[in-house]
Amino acid sequence: MLAAEAGAAASAGWFLENAWLFPAVPFVSFLLILFFGRKMPKQGAEIGITALAIVFAGALIAGAQWISHVNAAESAHGTEETHSTDETHGTEEEGHSTEPGTTEDGTHSEEGTSTEESHDEGALAVSGGGRSVVLGPSLALPMAEEGGEAHASVPPVISEWKSDWWTVGGIDFQVGTFVDGQAVMMLFVVGLISLLVHIYSTDYVHGDIRYTHFFAFLSLFTASMLLLVLANNLVMFITAWELVGVCSFALIGHWWEEQNNSNAALKAFLTNRVGDMGLLIGMITLFFTAGQGRTFNIYEINVAAASGTVSDTALTVAALCLLAAVMSKSGQFFLHTWLPDAMAGPTPVSALIHAATMVVAGVYMIARMYPVFFEGMSIAGGSINAVALIGAITTMVGGSLAFVQRDIKKVLAYSTVSQLGYMVMALGVGAWTAAMFHLMTHAFFKACLFLGSGSVSHACNHSFDMKTDMGGLRKYMPKTHATFLVGTLALAGFPLMSGFWSKDEILAGTGGFGLSEGANGRYSLMLVMGLITGGMTAAYMTRCYWLTFMGEWRGANSPNAHHGAHAAAHDDHDAHAPAGHDAHDAHDAHGGLPHESGPRITTPLLILAVLAFVAMFANIPGQFGFVPEGWRLRFEHYIEPKGEYFPAISHAEFSPVIAILSLIAAAVASGLAVAYYRKVEAQDPMGTELVDGPTSKAGLPKVAYNVLANKFYLDWLYTDVIVGFVKGPLARAANWFNQNVLDGIVNGTATVSKRIAGFTYTVLDQQVVDGVVRGSGIGASETGGLLRRMQNGRVQGYAALMFAAAAVLAGVFVLAI
Amino acid sequence: MKDFLNDWGLTTMVFLPLVGAVVMMLIPKAEEELHKFIALLTTLVVGVVGVFLTANFDWDRSKDLQFVVDKGWIDVIHSRYTVGVDGIAMPLILLTLLVVPLIIIYSWNHFPEPHNPKAFLILMLVLDTGMIGSFVAQDLILFFVFFEVVLLPMYFMIGVWGGEQRQYASIKFFLYTLFGSAFMIVAFLALFFVTGAETFNMVDLARLVRENDVARNTQILIFGGMFMGFGIKVPMFPFHTWLPDAHTQAPTQGSVILAAVLLKLGTYGFVRIALPMLPEGAMWWAPIIGGLACIGIIYGALGCLAQTDMKRLIAFSSVAHMGYVMLGIATLTDFGINAAIFGMVAHGLITGMLFFIAGSVKERFHTLEIARLGGLLKQAPYMGWMLGFTSMASLGLPGLAGFWGEFPAILSAYNPAEGLNVGLFRFYMFIAALGTVLAAAYLLWLFQRTAFGTPKEEFAHEHVHDAHLTEWIAWLPMLVLIVVLGFLPVLIFGMTSDAVQVVAQALGR
Repeated sequence: MLAAEAGAAASAGWFLENAWLFPAVPFVSFLLILFFGRKMPKQGAEIGITALAIVFAGALIAGAQWISHVNAAESAHGTEETHSTDETHGTEEEGHSTEPGTTEDGTHSEEGTSTEESHDEGALAVSGGGRSVVLGPSLALPMAEEGGEAHASVPPVISEWKSDWWTVGGIDFQVGTFVDGQAVMMLFVVGLISLLVHIYSTDYVHGDIRYTHFFAFLSLFTASMLLLVLANNLVMFITAWELVGVCSFALIGHWWEEQNNSNAALKAFLTNRVGDMGLLIGMITLFFTAGQGRTFNIYEINVAAASGTVSDTALTVAALCLLAAVMSKSGQFFLHTWLPDAMAGPTPVSALIHAATMVVAGVYMIARMYPVFFEGMSIAGGSINAVALIGAITTMVGGSLAFVQRDIKKVLAYSTVSQLGYMVMALGVGAWTAAMFHLMTHAFFKACLFLGSGSVSHACNHSFDMKTDMGGLRKYMPKTHATFLVGTLALAGFPLMSGFWSKDEILAGTGGFGLSEGANGRYSLMLVMGLITGGMTAAYMTRCYWLTFMGEWRGANSPNAHHGAHAAAHDDHDAHAPAGHDAHDAHDAHGGLPHESGPRITTPLLILAVLAFVAMFANIPGQFGFVPEGWRLRFEHYIEPKGEYFPAISHAEFSPVIAILSLIAAAVASGLAVAYYRKVEAQDPMGTELVDGPTSKAGLPKVAYNVLANKFYLDWLYTDVIVGFVKGPLARAANWFNQNVLDGIVNGTATVSKRIAGFTYTVLDQQVVDGVVRGSGIGASETGGLLRRMQNGRVQGYAALMFAAAAVLAGVFVLAI
Repeated sequence: MKDFLNDWGLTTMVFLPLVGAVVMMLIPKAEEELHKFIALLTTLVVGVVGVFLTANFDWDRSKDLQFVVDKGWIDVIHSRYTVGVDGIAMPLILLTLLVVPLIIIYSWNHFPEPHNPKAFLILMLVLDTGMIGSFVAQDLILFFVFFEVVLLPMYFMIGVWGGEQRQYASIKFFLYTLFGSAFMIVAFLALFFVTGAETFNMVDLARLVRENDVARNTQILIFGGMFMGFGIKVPMFPFHTWLPDAHTQAPTQGSVILAAVLLKLGTYGFVRIALPMLPEGAMWWAPIIGGLACIGIIYGALGCLAQTDMKRLIAFSSVAHMGYVMLGIATLTDFGINAAIFGMVAHGLITGMLFFIAGSVKERFHTLEIARLGGLLKQAPYMGWMLGFTSMASLGLPGLAGFWGEFPAILSAYNPAEGLNVGLFRFYMFIAALGTVLAAAYLLWLFQRTAFGTPKEEFAHEHVHDAHLTEWIAWLPMLVLIVVLGFLPVLIFGMTSDAVQVVAQALGR
């Protein structure tokens, strides 16, 4: 039943082989909450939290098992030379034939027949149930890297259900999981952040009318996201990909009473659908061109792409199509416009879905299908490619738009766009590990910032407007302030924070101007754009931090304040239903001054802030000799795939010059921002901008401001021009054509037939034929009666049409045959 | 048992509804409960027979016709009573067996004006016979008879129980379909004479066309006749204009049955009759069918965007969805044809469900004008969520049934059958993929306008009853199947795959 490796490492770890449980647990939780949630004492939240606790614990164990799996593969590699390779594999008689290892070389031909070893696997076989666990290519197959240095190849843990998922034309498709370092890392990130967001939400959306419904969708989202992470074929992948989209739709539109919210939900879903076209076509292209043809299996496609057996054109087309999907899902320029609008959803959703997990799905996909992109885009060449360019443009677009937002969540949303651009750019220049590392650190600090903004908003009239409702909060909300500051520093690239190191790795990975050794090429333009964005990031985050926490609190005079928290809730997009919203009745009592949030909100913030700092130790540069070797580059060591399903990428080294440059950029930019706001403060303690600032005057700054304030006019182009045209004139024209032209022909035909029938009856029949009949003196009453009955238009038309059709076709046949 | 099923199973399934109808004719009109009971019981028994047949179906040879009965019928014209079922017909038969009892349950307290359950249900049972008969018939004349039997009850259903413009809609439906049928019967006769066959048996005819090397041009012409017959039924652009009218004017039950089963007679005809019998004709027509299918996809979607009436919008969406089915068929590949059959079942469940909901909305608000609706989720949350769920299914969300009709169809267009223009079909693939975006647009826009937001002033203070018990019973099986088929597509593909391969091989693939 099971095909598992025998030999030294009997099992890669139960949690890795049974990874399907990761999505299954929250999915069950979704069903339970859906059907029983309302009847539970905590209205379903406890089910979700329990499920996520299980997932997170499992992810930790899976992480440990993966680490030992990698270690085992390496130690096996050490002894490999003296052993014959066939010892590393065992397959039971019913073993599955999709053993990836068989494609490597002849030495594995015994697979599928060597049954003896597998008897040792009895226990595993039982635990495997009806599935077959297939381990990747042989453990410890030497893989030559650059410089002839041999590295252990670490097989991913691939498990497939034995029974078919679907079958067409003799090809069977199975569901399965594909676990490697990248997936394990995501399990950890998704599990952790989802758990924290669940806990946070019990306070944040407390008393909401759709509280249970909210938790049900959080569970479904987590299940879908984990499925996306673990999918071993592209059909599963697209399934999960769209399911997370649906959850995003449902949660953005959580307060669907307001049309703005449902508009945002629709915009998100439809923009993603545009990108999904690319995913659809890209995967179809790969299906027919990669591997031995006709496979959706990600591993097989990757092996085929990495081995160079797939035509370049096909890979380029596929990569470009997939890139379209990345652009929509991961908010890349020019399909990013839905992401800021998605902030209409509740803040925990923004943190979980629209910052830390779902929006990185696109980045994850590039990383997952890296050989396709690496070969298809010729990343190793060092010339500008679409991935790097889109990423670089996005990072600047997002960064610039973040400047002009007054809604704190929108600042963070555009910042997310910008940071996602960094990740995509990193993948575009071949800095795979840097991208994944940044994905992880960003998830921590951005989730921290988003949840922090929610905490702030709770204290400030439930508004997110920094200019009217915030300011001076450091005095009132010490915990939120401290954690937000940590997040800000991490995002802005302060050197003792994780964000600095992951961003620096990306910049080093560009290899621009040859400043860093070992990059995949000289992507100088990307380095420049990355550095500029680094400066912008520091500046807009300083602005955001200043407006929120420094100065004096402006909320008391805000238009939102007099409505009270509840009324404001309806004006503002983070609306709460009035019913039973007791948790916040408290703060209205003490004069409306902001106050610190409760422990269920601050604890997740603290944990994320700590992680935003600690994560920097995950991937200490390899050149740092003062750190023991076993502490350096751990992330790269355990997360980056090693094996034939991954391209031979080159790893850039830490570059002091780039680090200093990015440091200078960040320091200068935030210094300028601080100087600006000090000047503002001097002018008016309650002010938020200079009265005679550059944007208040005409000229270039004003024009630039207008362009930014209008989001580069993209929303106008999409909503008003494109959608407006399709929904309005085009659809109406189609409908007019339908009603007047096509239906006109049909009705016209009917009328004409009826006329002909009438003519036949009144003229031909009554006058000509009947005249002849009458003339010949024979009574025709019976025939006439029949014909009169037929004069009823219905039957007449029918007869005429049938007759005409038959006559025409008969004529055609007579002539043709 | 096995012997009974082999000899009488299909015949029972086909004619039992007719027996029920005859029994009901003998019972006075006033006995409404009894009529409902008999009708439901009949269709349930038919369903049980269907279950037994399914259980005894030999899935290892799903490509072969099973439970075959071949008896003399009209000897003069060499037409025989030949019935049988294989993997292609099976899913559609099961769909019919499921949908008809659900419609009767839904009707229980919801008979449209002018009420009269007796007549309504008798028509429903006659319809049932016609539909099942079409799917099991293996003789062209027999098929034609069943194909036409369906018309009359539907005509009366629309014409008597329909909306304000029922007269126009019913006549249009009747005449238009009949117009196509005329071409179809001529094509059947031509096939008979051209092959010099002494039979109308479908399998024999297909073999004879091959053996006699029927000329390509002849095949193209005969295929053209069938194309008119089946294409109008599907309906394919530009022959679709009867559909929005028929759907909009038909009573809910009629719309559901029209969407769920009747349209499939056309696509089924292509797969069962036109393709295997006239492979070379199919080759010639494939690019045209594919092109019309793609126009249908985009055009149907645009039509949807322009509609102001919920039911008419759903009707137009059928044009788009059947476009995917026809695109799959036009590729002449196993992927495409499998997708087409899956698409038929999925569309039957999903669009049937949408019409159910539309009917119930109409019953509650007495209007389907989208501009007047809104906030359904507030007033009837269960119905609102069901509408949302079904819309998601309809836009082809992976994980739900609709996806498996669309995705493999789009996939197959990448690589159509040998001899077809690859570039052209890849263009079709792109258009079809674009259609998925538009589908999401019109469905979600519909959902937003009807279910999101708050109820409009005129209905704001009205008490709206959420789904009734009969509605739940009628809807749950469909909703569950939409999920189950989405998660386990093998349930349908497993039935059809082998049988489709035979068809695809006949096409030279």
